Amino acid sequence: MSLDAAEIKKIAHLARLGINADDIPEYSRNLSDILAFVEQLNAVDTAGVEPLAHPLEATQRLRPDAVSETDNRDNFQKVAPETESGLYLVPQVIE
Amino acid sequence: MHQKTLVELSADLHKGRCSSVELTRACLDRISKYDGELNSFVTVVEQQALAAAQAADARIKAGTAGPLTGIPFAHKDIFCTLGVKTSCGSKMLDNFIAPYDATVTRKLLEAGAVMVGKTNMDEFAMGSSNETSFYGAVKNPWDAATVPGGSSGGSAAAVAARLVPASTGTDTGGSIRQPAALCGITGIKPTYGRVSRYGMIAFASSLDQGGAFTRTAEDAAVMLGAMAGFDPHDSTSVDRPVDDYTGGLNTPLQGLKIGLPKEYFGEGLDAGVAAAIEASLDEYRKLGATLVDISLPNTHLSVPAYYVVAPAECSSNLSRFDGVRFGYRASEPKDLEDLYTRSRGEGFGDEVKRRILVGTYALSAGYYDAYYLQAQKVRRLIRDDFLSAFGQVDVIMGPTAPSVAFRLGEKADDPVSMYLSDTYTIAVNLAGLPAMSIPAGFSGGLPVGLHVVGNYFEEARLLNVGHQLQQATDWHTHSPQGF
Repeated sequence: MSLDAAEIKKIAHLARLGINADDIPEYSRNLSDILAFVEQLNAVDTAGVEPLAHPLEATQRLRPDAVSETDNRDNFQKVAPETESGLYLVPQVIE
Repeated sequence: MHQKTLVELSADLHKGRCSSVELTRACLDRISKYDGELNSFVTVVEQQALAAAQAADARIKAGTAGPLTGIPFAHKDIFCTLGVKTSCGSKMLDNFIAPYDATVTRKLLEAGAVMVGKTNMDEFAMGSSNETSFYGAVKNPWDAATVPGGSSGGSAAAVAARLVPASTGTDTGGSIRQPAALCGITGIKPTYGRVSRYGMIAFASSLDQGGAFTRTAEDAAVMLGAMAGFDPHDSTSVDRPVDDYTGGLNTPLQGLKIGLPKEYFGEGLDAGVAAAIEASLDEYRKLGATLVDISLPNTHLSVPAYYVVAPAECSSNLSRFDGVRFGYRASEPKDLEDLYTRSRGEGFGDEVKRRILVGTYALSAGYYDAYYLQAQKVRRLIRDDFLSAFGQVDVIMGPTAPSVAFRLGEKADDPVSMYLSDTYTIAVNLAGLPAMSIPAGFSGGLPVGLHVVGNYFEEARLLNVGHQLQQATDWHTHSPQGF
């Protein structure tokens, strides 16, 4: 499996990840190497094998539906790049 | 003072032979003397450490102290620390002052341990050499031209250079055990779910696990005892009592069955490393253990499975860094997409970007089954190999890493070759098992680590097995020249 420049750009867009145009050939080479390396997984017969999502096969614990957190908004927003009146600010979305 | 182990220092503190303030001051002095060269710390918190040491001294006087009270430690910069920068080795979090403590942080501080600073690491724990850090590479104290291993390279180097008696680490594919081996110290990664991940910045959530670095297994037992335990804030934390890790350290190893997977001693293993491992295995024979040849037939699939599962989980976890709520934000974004794209593009380094791209691809429409699902199936095969091996043996041993510390820059341009340096450690994360690396001699003047893998929740046995070797050998007492 080898990824060309157009595919790298598409994946970067899906990840909303800015990459430099100059670096695309290297990403293309590195990613192709990595994919070629993991390709050997496809040679394994996994018919009837269940995927293992949790090493101990634990399932999600449930807790009572009760409020357990206190209001930490001001505290958490202290580390935000830009806030106003308790809201996070981003560039205008709707014209 | 710096040559003493954590347990020896704890005895000194309790018998009034030194104070925590003196001890903390000594660590801070060593950091300022040696760390300019090593680069093992991102942040040193001198005032906070001295205040904590004073409080610890008061506790010792009042008779309410435990074994960790007053002991200085270095904390991997992946654990959130209230009011202290928590960078995760990334430009993305260079400005991030954590608004809360990770559970591991809280537990260590409550035990009275004194945090002297936060240690350097590969960016977001992605790396095996500590070269991907935004704050520059860490040097190996044994040879400044070589890497300390990664991702917890700063934590390992700080303990190896005797800057602190203990430190914390995290291990997703070997990030505690491999640097412990390359730096000649003891490092333990417990069973998945044993140590809380709350406030530990996530890389690959089904693999990440916190643990500790010390010089001896006995010290590691004390650290892990304080860090482990159920945490309702971590949905994958296991609700089960923590074993007494120090109580069984002196259990004789007579009759212990040690499995030696033939896959761990084959092609790719450096001859000097192999010789050191053989010598340690001989020691175990003398201690009464039986060596049993076993096979883990799917071992060769563990690195490829890992490099699908880990990047997939990483691409999902790291989507939270979007320049909106915390962390780096690109200047003057022209619209929301530009804000996301440039904040992430400018905030993340190369290796992190590579893994996000691989993971995004592996999870994208049309490829999910071929990559992620297939890797998770292979993961079960790898886990089942271990389960069947533990039907025959008590622990599994082999080399922690295929070679001693490699040179800075040697593998930086070749991701696949770098990934292969974690060949022996990665399968353990996929299976979620506990494992440790202990000093096992030298090859060409650089340390070799012995990898000991246990069955689920058998940390106490691992520590016992490590401690017994350290009663019979003195590899763990060797310290790098110049420190």
